[in-house]
Amino acid sequence: MSTKVKKMLFILSKATIENAYAAFIMANGARMEGIESEIFFTFFGLEAIQKEKLEHLHVATVGNPAMHIPTMLGGLPGVEAFATKMMKKEMEKLDMPPVDEFLEILSDSGCKLWGCKLAVDMFHLEKEDLIDELDGIITIGDFYNRANQEGTHLLFI
Amino acid sequence: MKKLIVNREIDVNEEGYLLEFKQWDREVSECIAGECEIVMTEKHWEVIEYIQDKHLKEEPLSIRGIKKSGVINIKEFYNLFPGGPLKKATMIAGVPKPKSCI
Repeated sequence: MSTKVKKMLFILSKATIENAYAAFIMANGARMEGIESEIFFTFFGLEAIQKEKLEHLHVATVGNPAMHIPTMLGGLPGVEAFATKMMKKEMEKLDMPPVDEFLEILSDSGCKLWGCKLAVDMFHLEKEDLIDELDGIITIGDFYNRANQEGTHLLFI
Repeated sequence: MKKLIVNREIDVNEEGYLLEFKQWDREVSECIAGECEIVMTEKHWEVIEYIQDKHLKEEPLSIRGIKKSGVINIKEFYNLFPGGPLKKATMIAGVPKPKSCI
């Protein structure tokens, strides 16, 4: 292997579909290349690992110029749900797994999944609210300690 | 380019993937596996056959496909072909490296 990247650490702080999938695809892509990967879910990123919420992530239609629709339209009832449905359909065509299955694939592939302790406390969540594949609830300091080898990179999403 | 595998000249690309599937056989496979520090077992061959079958049917390979294959689960797949399983398994199977990001 010619790459000098040995380990990728991702911090996912947002819960829009496009951000969650960016983290998942990069983390999975790393494992497929023989690179270690881990994801630290913090703040709204925690929605992606909450059993009751992970199937309901949305694409942002307001304040997202790349949607190419007027911001006021994006705020109308149902528009976000419709845009999300369309995007999920396109993703299914490319054989991209839904959130729960993607997390299972990541976990099985050896990607470590961590919840942020501060955010878990702030949103009054319990371990039971989070996916079974979670490797633990840790602090950002603990997460930095995971960057324990040459060629580690840390990415904030 | 040509590469000498089990005393035969085999056509490979710069990454070592076979260019002509008809040049593939189990001896070639074992030799490439050896270079990846993999010792082939019955389970390895099952996976290789699955991958070749997908290739012949021109169906794209992905990690999700492996999960659904019924041949092997993802954990075992990573254990059998450590350090980039789909990349290594396709090279050993004599088929092109998958282009998919997932």
